[in-house]
Amino acid sequence: MDILLHNCRILDPITGLDESGMDIEIKEGRITAIGKNLKSNLASRDLKGALVAPGFFDMHVHLREPGQEYKETIETGTRAAASGGFTGICCMPNTDPPVSDPFVVSYIKSKAEGNIVDVEICATMTKARKGETLAPMQALSDAGVRMISDDGSAVASAEVMRRVFEYGKMFDFLCTEHCEEATMTHGTAMHEGKISTKLGLPGYPSVAEDIIVARDIMLAEYVGGVRYHVAHLSTRNAVQLVREAKAKGLSVSCEVTPHHFSLTDEAVETHFGNAKMNPPLREHVDIEAIIVGLQDGTIDCISTDHAPHAHHEKETDMMSAAYGIIGCETAVALGLTKLVHTGKISLNHYIELCSVNPRRLMKLPQLKIAEGELANLTIVNLEKEWEFTSSHIFSKSSNTPFIGEKFKGQAIGVINNNQAWWRE
Amino acid sequence: MNRDLLGIRQLSTDEISDLIRRSNAYFPSLESPAPIPQSQILSGVTIANLFFENSTRTRTSFELAEKRLGATIATLSMQTSSLSKGESLLDTVEVITAMKIDCVVVRHSSAGVPLLLRRHLPQSIRIINAGDGAHEHPTQALLDAATLSEKLGTLAGKHIVIIGDILHSRVARSNMILLKKIGARVTVVAPESLMPPHIEEVFGVEAQHSLGKILSTADAVMSLRIQLERQSKTYFPSLADFRLRYGLIPSRLSECDAYLLHPGPVNRGVEIDDEGADTEKSLILRQVKRGVAMRMAILEWMFEK
Repeated sequence: MDILLHNCRILDPITGLDESGMDIEIKEGRITAIGKNLKSNLASRDLKGALVAPGFFDMHVHLREPGQEYKETIETGTRAAASGGFTGICCMPNTDPPVSDPFVVSYIKSKAEGNIVDVEICATMTKARKGETLAPMQALSDAGVRMISDDGSAVASAEVMRRVFEYGKMFDFLCTEHCEEATMTHGTAMHEGKISTKLGLPGYPSVAEDIIVARDIMLAEYVGGVRYHVAHLSTRNAVQLVREAKAKGLSVSCEVTPHHFSLTDEAVETHFGNAKMNPPLREHVDIEAIIVGLQDGTIDCISTDHAPHAHHEKETDMMSAAYGIIGCETAVALGLTKLVHTGKISLNHYIELCSVNPRRLMKLPQLKIAEGELANLTIVNLEKEWEFTSSHIFSKSSNTPFIGEKFKGQAIGVINNNQAWWRE
Repeated sequence: MNRDLLGIRQLSTDEISDLIRRSNAYFPSLESPAPIPQSQILSGVTIANLFFENSTRTRTSFELAEKRLGATIATLSMQTSSLSKGESLLDTVEVITAMKIDCVVVRHSSAGVPLLLRRHLPQSIRIINAGDGAHEHPTQALLDAATLSEKLGTLAGKHIVIIGDILHSRVARSNMILLKKIGARVTVVAPESLMPPHIEEVFGVEAQHSLGKILSTADAVMSLRIQLERQSKTYFPSLADFRLRYGLIPSRLSECDAYLLHPGPVNRGVEIDDEGADTEKSLILRQVKRGVAMRMAILEWMFEK
């Protein structure tokens, strides 16, 4: 796949390059030349001023394979990721069987081999996510695992979490926690607040998330040397807890999802099951705190928590409806529409949130848009105004509240592993 | 015109008064010892009563109202049906509607199910919410309003006190919405553990954690059922302790001259002592009779040509 990308805006936070009207020549998966009006005998693609950025990485994707292939497969999930502008993802371990042994890691790796999207694999912290005994960390690390998490639930026992930290740090794992104090959230369907009071739905209080964030930060500090990451953070107090931990010099990081900075609990009134998430959609004050956290660097990255579910699992009563929405297809559009075009986050910072920071946390090599470097690129039409419809969904599932939403900015292509994907 | 009854929230005050008027017309026949004249206004109409959650009173009340208006009815106790065998809610509903149904009366333990059905059923099928989770129980609030209006006249400016498990109560929510719509003053009384957050702002009511002197200013008191299974949680210490603080015990009843309502079934000796449940101020059995009349009125209104 040799190509000349003509007339693009290159923005690379690592090299500091921000230049429009640029051409990029790519041969055999590497960047061979960069400049204006490059002479090349390669097939040329006119990008008409579109942004070319280092490839975006989504640290939180549910590929559902093995075990729940009716929701998503490695093939459909990576296709959804590519269509959303991601050249790399980390898939989460709550599959069936869970990613608790190296065989499941190898299975996913073999299925993802040769894909345009790089697939990193998050393994469980404890065996089968039961929160009881530690997962085989040496074997998982040997198999190439960089992140561990019991995603979908928190490790309930503080004692077990301490041991996860103590043992996990020997492998320099990023220890990612789904922060939920389950004794407070059992049988709940949405955020506890005015809307849950109005709708009569059992409420999932913010404090149930904050308690685990606080506990884990204290444990991480006590153990020392731990790389601790808060998955899909959603509350204002959790933002502040991470901010204080960073100020203390702890290696604590966090991610937010596009839906948690775009929607509030009010969405439950119109979108029913497609507004049921875990953690739930919170309040305007939480979104405001998340924006400040993004601006001041408290929040390291934007991850989608892409969570495909079949129609019948979402279009049902709120108590039984499954948690989560697909997110890969809408992430960049939401980020640009809600953060960049509103002036809340600079484009350079946005690219750090989507590419530089997740790669740093995953301990992956940083990408550079420079001669001789791997061509791992995300291409975005920043100004494109469009309406999201089901025709834009590449996932096997279509559980999203954003159908009909108007966006400004669209991922239009990715280049990685000597392959390209173009929207048109 | 196809009408639904999804919740009190969707009703105008005119519609509420209209329904109370219509139910008043049916009520005398339920009070009289003479046989009830059989109406045929729902002749040819098929109604499915879908009870995904147990109910004896509401289900029976609907069935009687439907039969007295000449409808063809099928009652399905969905707890023991295919839903528990893994069939999805929407599949169940599609199967039932394939049998040519004109109206669905639905009760479900999860809030929002009637609205979900409205999104998926053809517009020609009317929907009545017979109670969804802790969200709404509109027929109960309407029959309560009809019961209260009979004794108090207009409810505008009247003080209604609702006591008990507000958090889990659809009866409380529908009553708060209805009573505020027609201009009553509403005070809800519950421990903080059974009071939904921001209730004053969301419903425009006053909220209290203790009864204090509230009963002396009440025109009517609505006591809510404490679900015994909630004892296993930690919402309150024990039924006996709850009775001491919130029960309508003789010393409290002697302080007030209010009418007494309860949606039933009553836990005697918890929410209300015998001294209260059986006095002339108690409207509990009247509510039951009013329930049938109100459900007849609702069906008449819904199927009005």
